[in-house]
Amino acid sequence: MDFNDSPEEAAYRAKVRKWLDANASLKDPNAPKTNMLDEAEGDLVTKAKAWQARKTEEGWACLRWPKEFGGQDATTMESVIFGQEEARYDLPPSIYGIGHGMLGPTIMAHGTAEQKERFLPAMAKGDEIWCQLFSEPDAGSDLAGLKTSAVRDGDDWILNGQKIWTTGAQYSKWGMLVARSDTNAAKHAGLTYFIVDMEAPGIEIRPIKQMNGASGFNEVFFTDVRTPDSNRLGAEGDGWRVAITTLMNERSSIGGSMGGGAGIKDLIKQAGEVELNGRPAIEDGGVRRKIANFAVRRSGLKYTGQRGLSALSQGQTPGPEASIGKLVAAIMGLEMGAFGMELQGAAGVLSGDDSLGDSTWQNHYMSMPGLRLAGGTDEILRNIISERVLGMPGEPRVDKGKPFKDIPTGVTR
Amino acid sequence: MNFDFSEEQKLLQKTAKDYLAEQSSLAHVREIFEGDAGYSEKLWKGVAELGWLGVAIPEEYGGAGYGYLELAMIAEEIGQALAPIPFGSTVYLAAEAISREGSDAQKTKFLTGIASGDLIGTFATTEKAGTLTEKSIQSTFADGKLSGTKVPVADGDIANFAIVLAKEGDGLSLVVVDLEGKGVKRTRLDSLDATRPHARIEFDGAPAERLGAEGAGWSITQDVQTRAAVLMAFEQLGGADRAFQITFDFVMNRYAFGRPIGSFQAIKHRMADLYADRELARSNCFWAAWALENDDEELAVAAASAKISAGDAFEKMVIDMIQMHGGVGYTWEYDCHLFYRRAKVLAHTLGTTDEWREKLITQLIEKAA
Repeated sequence: MDFNDSPEEAAYRAKVRKWLDANASLKDPNAPKTNMLDEAEGDLVTKAKAWQARKTEEGWACLRWPKEFGGQDATTMESVIFGQEEARYDLPPSIYGIGHGMLGPTIMAHGTAEQKERFLPAMAKGDEIWCQLFSEPDAGSDLAGLKTSAVRDGDDWILNGQKIWTTGAQYSKWGMLVARSDTNAAKHAGLTYFIVDMEAPGIEIRPIKQMNGASGFNEVFFTDVRTPDSNRLGAEGDGWRVAITTLMNERSSIGGSMGGGAGIKDLIKQAGEVELNGRPAIEDGGVRRKIANFAVRRSGLKYTGQRGLSALSQGQTPGPEASIGKLVAAIMGLEMGAFGMELQGAAGVLSGDDSLGDSTWQNHYMSMPGLRLAGGTDEILRNIISERVLGMPGEPRVDKGKPFKDIPTGVTR
Repeated sequence: MNFDFSEEQKLLQKTAKDYLAEQSSLAHVREIFEGDAGYSEKLWKGVAELGWLGVAIPEEYGGAGYGYLELAMIAEEIGQALAPIPFGSTVYLAAEAISREGSDAQKTKFLTGIASGDLIGTFATTEKAGTLTEKSIQSTFADGKLSGTKVPVADGDIANFAIVLAKEGDGLSLVVVDLEGKGVKRTRLDSLDATRPHARIEFDGAPAERLGAEGAGWSITQDVQTRAAVLMAFEQLGGADRAFQITFDFVMNRYAFGRPIGSFQAIKHRMADLYADRELARSNCFWAAWALENDDEELAVAAASAKISAGDAFEKMVIDMIQMHGGVGYTWEYDCHLFYRRAKVLAHTLGTTDEWREKLITQLIEKAA
């Protein structure tokens, strides 16, 4: 049992560090932490494109992808090592995660030779940014209930409807969209998957203002938008199967990030700076037990991640325990945020520069409800764990086998 | 990297699992639970023959000379099986204390005796209700004689010898006492889990010899308890895992409203959360086992983390185990209460889970400073 790189891994890590040292500078440990649910705009997009171009020139882009599509044919472990090292440097936030991690692999699995050649190398280089158009106002956890319509018209399809929670729609060249092409078919059977030009006429992109005031997502409206049949991915009516490929890749990419965010040290520091019952809060038994419990969950997440990496390093697939990461991390992030605010007492309500202490706690409190929903809600994750990991029965489905048009829907806004 | 147990270690675990499934069925556990023996002599002899008692004892003292990772694998299975033997008191505590602090003569006598299955040992610290502190120790050791009362002592009336924390001069020392010799009075006490019995031991000038340096008793106790906590956490992990499996089988086969109750989200989501807790505990246990095997500077933090997360996971699991079983879960006949009892007893062994939380935060504050 060890945490050591194998000789090959150590050599690769040294090579990565050497390149990063020559091309970037290390992060300032005291710099404010960026939030994954907040916006990446203008300047950051230009910088991110420049960094991706640099990686492409020197052979570090899309490491796990095949060489023919602009990748490096690297192992998963090599890609993980590069990611670990890259995270130590002061670099623009990645705007390519969805394309490189989820959409590219979907095109590789289901695309025609022409589609692969046209889209993948440009995606790898970072010239063209991609976004994912899946969720709708009435179809989130029940994604297959989506209603955006696709109607065939000669060599084109005409799209009408609304997508939501689209990260990066405003700077993306392409989107990948699942639409309903047949309302007479059963729910999952009437879907088709398309590649859509985000600059096409009839597309309107509006940022969503989140409850924390930031805007990391958009809603995207489609009014008679035309997309050629050559941009259909997979067969007509086979969209659900294609979408599953995308979602499987989403889960595997989210599973990689465990822990993170404000730390136990920050909480200890905060508790040392404020008083409770006339003495430093850090001397209070209740405060001490609570921080100890956070620490135990945090180390549990950290070493669960290490178990997953070990499996990769040993050439195996990470075990099902990887699926608990986001579920635990998001709930704990929310609880830690609330506790940090609690320690600040009445001043806990003050925000940003007006805070009388560390404003990270309130930022956590205001952003973590979003993380509990993104990429599978806590409830969907518990379904996935109980059904796919533990093998418990699926939910009874009242919509099973019915034509989509006969399935009842509600009005939620 | 390979942050996992080796194939050989996993094979040892499988062997242990198979053996205990055969020799320590829940029916056998219940036999001990409802009887007066306090432990299964037959099982104790069996595990001695398999070499488990000496897994981490050096070969020169009759052990197998493996390391803590092998011992952790066995500990997990002991926990799975609710094995009714004084394994923790003897192996994690008494053998560990003597291995680390004993003279050659003490090692030859006690380690050899433990490895062969001839000696059961225990570690006696507590004298009254509440958290163990240096001030709470009133027993005294002077001129080779021990006097005072220890209560409760886990496995105290079935052990052959005890390591006892006592005052010596101005400080605290550890001493080894033959519990079958003169000046020792032992009384079995009524307690939560009769497969982990507890006793009161009164010493009245009992002959004893010091273990380790004079005045080092408190620091050795902390050290040994930290090391033992790692292995006890594996027992707790194993217990949580077995309780999970039994509960899983129950909810998949119990029907209500025309469906298995395991098809309701009220049950599924609870099982998902219990699974998550157990896997976090497992990861902390792996970390602690690694730190113990490598004598890493993180050992104190890792051991506390493992003991807390595995202890909480086991306790939460058994509470939900009874709830998900419904009425039968509250009967004497069903095994739920055996797990419920064991989870609580282990959570109080080596200090309560809250006491470990205090140890952990103290360490973390020191590190953060």
